[in-house]
Amino acid sequence: MTIHRDYTGSKMGMWIFLFTEILLFGGLFVIYAAYHHRYPEEFHHASKALDTAMGTVNTVVLITSSLFVAMAVAALRRAEDARARLLVVLTIAFAGVFLVIKYFEWTAKFHHGIYPGSAELAATHAPGEIVFYSLYFAMTGLHAVHVIVGMGLLGFILARMRAGAVNSTDFVFLENGGLYWHLVDLIWIYLFPLFYLIA
Amino acid sequence: MAEIPMAETPMAETPMAETPMTGTPDGGFWTTPPGRSTLGSWLLTTDHKRIGLLYLWCILAFFAVGVLLGLLIRLELIAPGRTIMAQQTYNAVFTLHGVIMIFMVVIPSIPAAFGNIVMPLQIGAEDVAFPRLNLFSWYLYILGAAIAVVSLFTGGGAPDTGWTFYVPFSATTSTNVNVAVLAVFILGFSSILTGLNFIVTIHRLRAPSMGWTRMPLFTWGLYATAWIQVLATPVLGITVLLIFAERVLGLGLFDPARGGDPILYQHLFWIYSHPAVYIMIVPAMGVISDVIPVFARKNIFGYKTIAISSLAIAFAGSLVWAHHMFVSGMSDVAVMVFSLLTFIVAIPSAVKVFNWVSTLYKGSIYLDPPLIYSLGFIFLFSMGGVTGLVLGGAGTDVHVHDTYFVVGHFHYVIFGGTGFGLFAAMHFWFPKVYGRLYNLKIANVAAVILVIGLNMLYFPMYLLGLEGMPRRYYDYLPQYTDLHVVSTVGSWITAAGLALMAWNLWRGLRHGAPCGPNPWGAATLEWTLPSPPPTENFGPVEPEVTRGPYDFKGIEREEVVA
Amino acid sequence: MHAHEEGHHPPSYRLLIGVWGALMVLTAVTVWVAQVPLGFLNVVAAMAVATCKALLVTLFFMHLKDENWTFKGMVLLVFVILAIFIGFTFFDTAYR
Ligand SMILES: [Cu+2]
Repeated sequence: MTIHRDYTGSKMGMWIFLFTEILLFGGLFVIYAAYHHRYPEEFHHASKALDTAMGTVNTVVLITSSLFVAMAVAALRRAEDARARLLVVLTIAFAGVFLVIKYFEWTAKFHHGIYPGSAELAATHAPGEIVFYSLYFAMTGLHAVHVIVGMGLLGFILARMRAGAVNSTDFVFLENGGLYWHLVDLIWIYLFPLFYLIA
Repeated sequence: MAEIPMAETPMAETPMAETPMTGTPDGGFWTTPPGRSTLGSWLLTTDHKRIGLLYLWCILAFFAVGVLLGLLIRLELIAPGRTIMAQQTYNAVFTLHGVIMIFMVVIPSIPAAFGNIVMPLQIGAEDVAFPRLNLFSWYLYILGAAIAVVSLFTGGGAPDTGWTFYVPFSATTSTNVNVAVLAVFILGFSSILTGLNFIVTIHRLRAPSMGWTRMPLFTWGLYATAWIQVLATPVLGITVLLIFAERVLGLGLFDPARGGDPILYQHLFWIYSHPAVYIMIVPAMGVISDVIPVFARKNIFGYKTIAISSLAIAFAGSLVWAHHMFVSGMSDVAVMVFSLLTFIVAIPSAVKVFNWVSTLYKGSIYLDPPLIYSLGFIFLFSMGGVTGLVLGGAGTDVHVHDTYFVVGHFHYVIFGGTGFGLFAAMHFWFPKVYGRLYNLKIANVAAVILVIGLNMLYFPMYLLGLEGMPRRYYDYLPQYTDLHVVSTVGSWITAAGLALMAWNLWRGLRHGAPCGPNPWGAATLEWTLPSPPPTENFGPVEPEVTRGPYDFKGIEREEVVA
Repeated sequence: MHAHEEGHHPPSYRLLIGVWGALMVLTAVTVWVAQVPLGFLNVVAAMAVATCKALLVTLFFMHLKDENWTFKGMVLLVFVILAIFIGFTFFDTAYR
């Protein structure tokens, strides 16, 4: 039967999986909204401690990687296999850059005693600010996990492309990997203003 | 309701499954493929029927454990003070009873077991959309269950928080909550994947001639349920992850000392867990909607309203979660809004009940076990549903909140509803799966014993609750003793009913009379196949849907049930 | 049986790069608007811009505009549900 060639079905499955991801983050957005409403001043103040420049660069990096993977799908469908593979490699590389920048941001915070469960944080900051940082680590942390998973997934797809199993007539795996990667981008599009720009 | 003209029924030419008189079931999908061991062919199967049975057996095994724990709880409560266990043990036992029954039995019960076995057959598909993913989600279920068991015997002792894992207690208790929430996360993921699979299957793999309005109502119920599984369960996922982070990283998001709000935890928990009760009940309603017309020999009353009310319940069910929090300290505005919305959800449920009763009206009724269990469902579910309104009304809820009234309500709805729906499904599709029939009289006797036992077990809880007996208490004042005794005796009668039912089914699958493809004379597609169905279901040819799912014109019941 | 539903042409590189350009412009806009003190409107503006960006990503990068209404309806449903979860929580948090 044609079950395994049902591209629309595969894509539908992927979209539904993305819905679950959206609602996974959705729970955190519920909490963010409630606390932002309760502590507008503290959120404003705590947000100033985040590095907007780094956040902006990361936004650019992630959106660009999103472009690469979208182009990779387009290239594969045009049977431009080598270009498609190069674009997937670039996507993964940019994801790596995103994580490196994130790493520097987080370690800088740690040096200032800002990390989950920190006694120094609890002693020196207002409750609303502590909540802000807890949310910052929870949401960007969960997002970073998704970046890592996405890199692994795209790496696996790249291997399948090299093996010829994912090609111009059978490209739904790359397309689904791309969808996942766009979702990671999509979440960041909201995280960026919520944490960096409300100061 | 779609009126489909009568046409050639394919069932006339389907040969009777040849089954020996005794022994294990044989033929169809039970046959081990050549060159594979029996065990291997089950553990690595991608056949939806086999995966459904794997679920069913595990679910029934956990159900037995849960029942045993429930009996222990009831035994402890037969008299004030210590009867058979200490306080801390009691806390662990009721937590375990809740976690096992909710996450390992009731939530996967009908969708994962019977959804898998029956749904692809009902829509004329060869399998689900992603068969390997289907097997994977069964393994996730097993993994989650295994981790839940591990949580009992490792760390600081079995979790004692109740199945709701409320903060701040769950964030600070020294018992093994970390591992338990991990188990819940994995079980939730398994549930999500099943839902995902079903949505895609129903959208993409229906036989070309099966339009949405010809779909059996069980499949409709599964479709609505699948959406709840997909959209609500991730919120549970993040909730338990946050408990984990709270405990391991000291995140403090719900810690008032650090600006957190414990009530927000309750919001998140119930955003999942209210819709979850619809994951439990909507598939059961689907079973009942499929059973009743078959045994009334009459088209279902209001096909479209039942189908739409499933979707309406699924949607409205996502609007009412905070009715579990009327006395939590949330705002009065929220109390009023959520109380009002809760009353609205009662409407689609009531619509279904009226439709079932109207279907029975002037039908030629056959009192076979699936129908008896369905009638039990309607009675018990209504008992639970009506008291649900007492809890949904903010004023009355204040009086009975966190009392035995809640425990009674919940068990009427879940045991009397989902449980009886599951039993109805087991008795209805048993001949399809095994190609044999159990003893109908004994099955009916067991059903009646269960209805009596359940009422004795849970009705006193309403009275206890009204008199102010709080739930989850280990000890109680002497004035509550009589009702507790009645309830405990009821638990024994219930257990006897369950044992009789299980023994009768077991005997049926060993020695039952062989039956043909369609013993009850049903009209949905699964009954056009031999019993048990072949591995590849309908084979390469898409089945032709020539009649509505409840159009019984020209379909006879087999002699074996006469 | 569904082999021919993939008949859409792949999007042109030019279109994709154009969308990327728009996303870059919107990123610049949102960073700039954040510097302007508008009080509560800052949050509204940030979310409005983010939603525009999200629409661009879903419609073009994720090809939602080429999908049929089943897909579009599903995506809409998800955002309605998420809005309900966030919005209804405010019946509590906004009035406490
Ligand atoms: Cu509820």
